[in-house]
Amino acid sequence: MPPTDEVARPELVRASGMSISFGGVPVVDDVDLVLHPGEVVALLGENGAGKSSLMKMLAGVYVADQGTIVVDDKEVAVDSVRRARECGITMIHQELNLVDNLSIAENIALGREPRRGAKALGVVDRRESLRQAAVALREIGSHLDPKYQVGKLSLAQQQIVEIAKALAQDNVRVLLMDEPTSSLPEEQASDLVDLILRLRDTGLAIVVTTHRIPEAFSVADRIVVMRDGSKVAEYDAHDSSVTRDSIVNAMIGRELTALFPDKRTKIGPPVLEVTGMSGGFVEDVDLTVREGEIFGLGGLVGAGRTEFARLLFGCDKRTSGRVVIDGAEKRIRGPRDAVKAGMGFIPEDRKREGLVLGLDIEENYSLPNLPEWSRFGVLSLRSLSRRAQSAIASYRVRSRSSRQLVRTLSGGNQQKVVLAKWMATPKRLLILDEPTRGVDVGARQEIYRAIDEIAASGVGVLLISSDMEELIGLSDRIGVMADGRLQGVLNHEQATQARIFELASKLEEVL
Amino acid sequence: MTTQKIAAPKGPAFDRTPRSVRSLASSLFALPSSGAVVSVLIVSTFLTFASPQFLTVDNLTLVARSFSFIAIAAMGQFVVILTRGIDISAGSVIGLAGIVTAMLSSAGVPVLLALLGGLVSAMLVGLLNGWLIAAFGLVSFMVTLGMLNVVRGLDVALTRGFPITGIDESIKELGQGFTLGLPNPVWIMVILAAIMWWVMTRTVYGRQLYAIGGNDEAARLSGVRVRMITASAYVLSALFAGIAGILLTARLGVAEANIGFGYELDIIAAAVIGGTSFFGGIGSVVGVIWGAALLGIVRNGMALLGVDSYWQQIVIGAVIIIAVIIDRLRTRNAH
Repeated sequence: MPPTDEVARPELVRASGMSISFGGVPVVDDVDLVLHPGEVVALLGENGAGKSSLMKMLAGVYVADQGTIVVDDKEVAVDSVRRARECGITMIHQELNLVDNLSIAENIALGREPRRGAKALGVVDRRESLRQAAVALREIGSHLDPKYQVGKLSLAQQQIVEIAKALAQDNVRVLLMDEPTSSLPEEQASDLVDLILRLRDTGLAIVVTTHRIPEAFSVADRIVVMRDGSKVAEYDAHDSSVTRDSIVNAMIGRELTALFPDKRTKIGPPVLEVTGMSGGFVEDVDLTVREGEIFGLGGLVGAGRTEFARLLFGCDKRTSGRVVIDGAEKRIRGPRDAVKAGMGFIPEDRKREGLVLGLDIEENYSLPNLPEWSRFGVLSLRSLSRRAQSAIASYRVRSRSSRQLVRTLSGGNQQKVVLAKWMATPKRLLILDEPTRGVDVGARQEIYRAIDEIAASGVGVLLISSDMEELIGLSDRIGVMADGRLQGVLNHEQATQARIFELASKLEEVL
Repeated sequence: MTTQKIAAPKGPAFDRTPRSVRSLASSLFALPSSGAVVSVLIVSTFLTFASPQFLTVDNLTLVARSFSFIAIAAMGQFVVILTRGIDISAGSVIGLAGIVTAMLSSAGVPVLLALLGGLVSAMLVGLLNGWLIAAFGLVSFMVTLGMLNVVRGLDVALTRGFPITGIDESIKELGQGFTLGLPNPVWIMVILAAIMWWVMTRTVYGRQLYAIGGNDEAARLSGVRVRMITASAYVLSALFAGIAGILLTARLGVAEANIGFGYELDIIAAAVIGGTSFFGGIGSVVGVIWGAALLGIVRNGMALLGVDSYWQQIVIGAVIIIAVIIDRLRTRNAH
């Protein structure tokens, strides 16, 4: 369904019925997308909406389960990155693919270095390589020195090198960019937007994914909104009747209430009081979490929420800040002190930081609790296994036995094990960082219920979530961070999507 | 079934609920030490037919004694490899402990103090290794490679190249004597293995070692003292190398500067053949004994069959490479 006023323009790429699923879960389901030369399309959607997967199918990184891709009125089977490149489609990934220890020129030429002398010898023509890189950089208006080492560049400059590298290939007509601005500060993001617009004016078709709505308006000609793997709306970005609210509604679109437990009514005295917490790029954060309260922490990816949680738990060094738990100041020099002070931390990256995948449920469950559950450092396997079995039952972990390796559990069940392991001994404060990322909706509801029960038992919960409905649905109060600072705290009545977006994207509003 | 029985209690990383014969077979393969156990059985069966001397009490007793030194040191090495490290200095520490004990004993120091002196000297080396690696995040391979040279130099300096004689008879008895028909080093190996098996599977310390090897960041965030425990692994490795060194010296009756020379390679090989994964967090004490046994039996078999010593070397090398391939295949689905 192309927008009606675009019908006259020539089509460069028409992808129809694009579908792909991973492990039986549909990630992109029957999506159509048409690209025109000289046009920027912004793909908007929440995390997990399928934006990146759709792009990766166009770029040949993933092979679509179903769907056809027509380029220049000819159907092509885009089954590899190479094939996509031959059609003029190239993609810049969210995690940049640059080799840090090589120079800009070497990176731009990587894999297709100009040769000198006898071909078989493979001697690189360094002068030609430098010349080509200089041309590539000049074409996108950059003044970087091609001899400079990539690892020493800022993220924004690396992003520019990545674009130069992508465009230095022959005959690029479609440029797919996955979250190009997500890790950039404001001014650099706006420079990048300018560059994208200039590239568009040279006739490229550009697709940009983002979850910053103001940015979508400033860069795109057309906005496509995805949700749960489907395309739910398409707007002309220049149409003044299209508002931010209509896009937010399209992005979220679900009934908010059903998934979430009712709000708890018993909120007690403060459990955690943080004042003046700074470290890394987190600056001067003050906040209070009360007994029985879920305090949500919202903001864009990269706003400093995870960094704040890691400072609080002692994972990273803080430069200043006081932590008071139940009225008593605690010195927290490392995770051990945090555990002793009654804190638990469920990190964002379950697999890298939350679990030991090669160990079984019982071993993971007991890991932080071993000192309490042993006598003079000696374990009773029988009692450990009994404890694990009762935790499996009360957290509804779907498993064969307590000796099943956590590697073989689904994401939702792994997360239940992490919750269980932290709640096995009494805690005062539980920090949850993106607790339902990569968890399907059914298991999500069970995790929400578990979090609610934990809070109801009198524990303070600090919930970091990029999922708006989760944040609003679970939290009693919501603090919103941007650029390493706490921008404001909203109580439940004030906490609307629009209000949170406003605080979180405060910076973009200046644009 | 026997292999299943022997192997079952040792890997906490092993799911013990096989449902059918096929999954029994595949979990047998998934067992960290399966390669070593199966190889020991195959090689022994072959040798039983190939050489009439192989399956005799005398020969097996000698084989057990000859691999017990490697097996003891490999138990410590196993703990280090479990934490994704390596201790190359083990061979020189074997020498150091033997030499220090021999020097003390020949100087008339009481037996227990002489033994303690040897063990303490070894543990000091381990402490230095562990401190450098854990506190500064240095690469274990390079630190212990350097330490291998330092300590080997120390061995030569202490002995000045002359063999040390006059070791107390009761120390010699530890290496040369028999108890209930079995050589003393074999008894000591069995007792140490039982203790280590218990420590690794039944104590907080053992659990935390497996967790650090499996995922050190998750362990750290769970409040485990990752650096302290990592450092302790090197102390254990040195302690076990020290025990092996004292026994080896006792067995020979004299201490020489080059005792244990090159042993680090067999020690590391025994641990890895026994199913200890270089990727960390996987392995078992019992597997390590099987790994050392395989090396010992292969050496003994080739000697019995009169194989050239060059060929022995080549075969041992091949066994090690095959073990690493099995390690890779086994852990492939895990990574």
